Amino acid sequence: MKFDPKDLLKLRNVRRVAQVFFFSLFLFFVFVTDLRYLKGYPVSLFLELDPLVAFATAITTHTVYMGLLWSLLLILPTLLFGRIFCNWICPYGILHHFTGWLLGKSRAEERECIEANRYKKLYSLKYVILIAMIAAAFGGTLQIGWLDPICLFHRSMSTVILPLINLFVPSSIYVRQYFHVGAWIIGFLLLFLVGMNVVIPRFFCRVLCPLGAFLGTLSTAALWRIDRDPTKCVDCDLCLKSCEGASDPHTQLRKSECFVCFNCIEDCPEDAISFKFLPSLKREVTAPTVTGRRAFLGTLIGLGFYAFGRTSGASDRNYDKKVIRPPGSVEEKDFLDRCIKCDQCIRTCPTNVLQPALMESGVEGIWTPILNMKIGFCEVNCTLCGQVCPTGAIQRVTIEEKTGTGLFVEEGPIKLGTAFFDYGRCLPWSMETPCVVCEEVCPVSPKAIYSREVTITKRDGTPITLRRPYVDPALCIGCGICEHECPVTDEAAIRVTAVGETRSRDRRLLMDGGVTSAVRDLEKRQR
Amino acid sequence: MSLSNHKKISQLPEDSVSRREFLVRLGVTGALIAGSGLAARKLWQPKHFVPGFEKEIGLQLRSYAPEVSKVLPSLAIAHGTEHEKTIRAALAALGGMERFIQKGDVVVIKPNVAFDRPPALAATTHPDALRAVAKLVLEAGAAKVIIADNPINSPTGCFLKSGLTAVTSEMNLDLLYPETNSFAPLQLDGEILKHWTFFNEPFKKATKVIGLAPCKDHNLCHASMTMKNWYGLLGGRRNQFHQHIHSIVSDFALMMKPTLVILDGMSVLMSNGPTGGRLSDVKPMNTIVAGTDMVAVDAYGYSHLLERNLDELTYIHKTHDRGLGNKNWKDTLYKEVQA
Repeated sequence: MKFDPKDLLKLRNVRRVAQVFFFSLFLFFVFVTDLRYLKGYPVSLFLELDPLVAFATAITTHTVYMGLLWSLLLILPTLLFGRIFCNWICPYGILHHFTGWLLGKSRAEERECIEANRYKKLYSLKYVILIAMIAAAFGGTLQIGWLDPICLFHRSMSTVILPLINLFVPSSIYVRQYFHVGAWIIGFLLLFLVGMNVVIPRFFCRVLCPLGAFLGTLSTAALWRIDRDPTKCVDCDLCLKSCEGASDPHTQLRKSECFVCFNCIEDCPEDAISFKFLPSLKREVTAPTVTGRRAFLGTLIGLGFYAFGRTSGASDRNYDKKVIRPPGSVEEKDFLDRCIKCDQCIRTCPTNVLQPALMESGVEGIWTPILNMKIGFCEVNCTLCGQVCPTGAIQRVTIEEKTGTGLFVEEGPIKLGTAFFDYGRCLPWSMETPCVVCEEVCPVSPKAIYSREVTITKRDGTPITLRRPYVDPALCIGCGICEHECPVTDEAAIRVTAVGETRSRDRRLLMDGGVTSAVRDLEKRQR
Repeated sequence: MSLSNHKKISQLPEDSVSRREFLVRLGVTGALIAGSGLAARKLWQPKHFVPGFEKEIGLQLRSYAPEVSKVLPSLAIAHGTEHEKTIRAALAALGGMERFIQKGDVVVIKPNVAFDRPPALAATTHPDALRAVAKLVLEAGAAKVIIADNPINSPTGCFLKSGLTAVTSEMNLDLLYPETNSFAPLQLDGEILKHWTFFNEPFKKATKVIGLAPCKDHNLCHASMTMKNWYGLLGGRRNQFHQHIHSIVSDFALMMKPTLVILDGMSVLMSNGPTGGRLSDVKPMNTIVAGTDMVAVDAYGYSHLLERNLDELTYIHKTHDRGLGNKNWKDTLYKEVQA
């Protein structure tokens, strides 16, 4: 093939430039979601652009949270051109486009490529998935994060890819290696979805993607569409050779499946295909082909998911002591209304304390963030998780609001839970050994952990003076650094549990908000 | 299948093996047998060991202490209101930074950045103190200044919010985080500390070491000053140190022989240490103590800055009794100046 400079301006190459740009931008945002580099970058921009996030959270919360308004920016081109997002902007789509090219069939096997890109009935599954997720949202649980491509990709990057890079190249991403509970599940899922491109090109995008289904539905009204001139067409099917969406451009175009990749236009040897303003709809399948029965099934699945999840009780009376939510989190049921499992909070957490939940908060809360004090602790002077949360599951609270200082002295600090001693495991209490690391690291002033000096007679008859620690529940903010630093490392002698968290009136501990002698002393000093 | 499809025996390739092929095939198989035997011999572990009780070896830290002087003071106390002026005055009283740092030196400055706190809370080394010391060190001709600490809270947050990251980038100092590969085992004949993971990366090329510590209350140890500052050079299970805290801190004097230590008593954390948390925990004492003997510096800090009875500070007496320093600073050559 001879090189022709005019080839550079082909639509296909323009698209490739856009793909490289948006994919790089996504990776850049993922990389800088770190205390050292964060500055003011809009690291959750792709999530905020995602109209499914805005739409589904609008159903569950009846509001559009802060930056989610940006999603209007994406709805506009979809209504004009169709699913242009899927093949030009979506980083997860670009990942599958690229890996499909890398691992899939050779372009030389023309016929096989054409067969692989014919529309299959299976491709309407994504509409059933979307309907199920929206039905669940109407019920009152937000589950789009399972498969929304932006959430899924962010989650995979934060909990699998970055830790993997750091494992092979130590300190390239983190100062110290990060761990994520159940990362292997997320990792295998990612491998599976990428690997499926070998069996069905763009498997995720064509079969599963609820955002694709959402944009496909919107593109029913698109003004510009791929149009085939049947008088020029010789039925060679070559337009299918590189068709990303499997949208049948060789016959009746399925607009809701078309990724607007423009490959068909350039693959057509007869110039029969063009991207046209308001073409006749007679030669098209204009809307998604999902039957009423399937839609009904989807609704049942979604409402069932909500009902089964809720009646399991994990978000109600049977809540798990380990469901300790990040600072600024809304009350648990509202949290499940908002959290999209994108795990941006987990990415930005400077201590690695935030972990993707498995079953702790029930089936509804899988991959939502919880604190694991064995791995990290909540840094008092830090609210990064709330800064990057796109949906307000973790509200964008300030340091003053979090610590209850400045204008917020009267409200007091945000408490994540309460620390409890397990004296049977505590060195000074049960083992005649000095310690009180917990008191040392307790970050509040006055310290929520205090100690009393006692002199005891050891087993061998000699006296020893020890400091024995106690918790003042009125002062404890549940940050968990005591548990994290406790030398009894397998199951610490002091552990934080969720009770006492201020976000939920039902889960508080002290009736008066905890006015103890230490708080009165504090007030006295402030006066 | 018809018979005609079968080749006649005479058409098949000869079934004899050439000498060359015979030797090559024999050689390959023989080499594989010999190779696996040799590899197995090499990798064979003939004896068992008891997990967790392997013999430990580690590096020994060299001494960075300056030459002993009979004329110049070993302790300087400077009073003033500004970090830079006061630190300059203290160093001038000791004979100038040139006494400690020579041209071309690679200097490690060890601040205490244990916690993620803003400077005003006095739980960490103040950025103004670091700036002033680094300036003096560079003026004395140091080729390179390394800043390193292994904090209790997350390292990046501690350095950033204590204001030290800003100083290091502004003055072009090398900031070393405690990364996974920054540690190496250390060998010591301490009372408790025998073998421990050490933050070795900063010391690979260092020729001088300066400890720059804030003066703080400590819940268990009573005080955290220049001696306890070396805690930040260790890794591993540091939360076990508290079981023998005074012995451990005293062992630090054996572990580290610094060129110089500086105790920043401009703002002292008087209560709720070592983390602090409120401005009411902090008291301005407007003093910088510098010296070559950590025990003397800490002894002054405890009685004059934290304003407490030195009798209760067990580690000072332990270290003094071990001959690793002199707690009776008044008996030594010292100088008290006004900035």
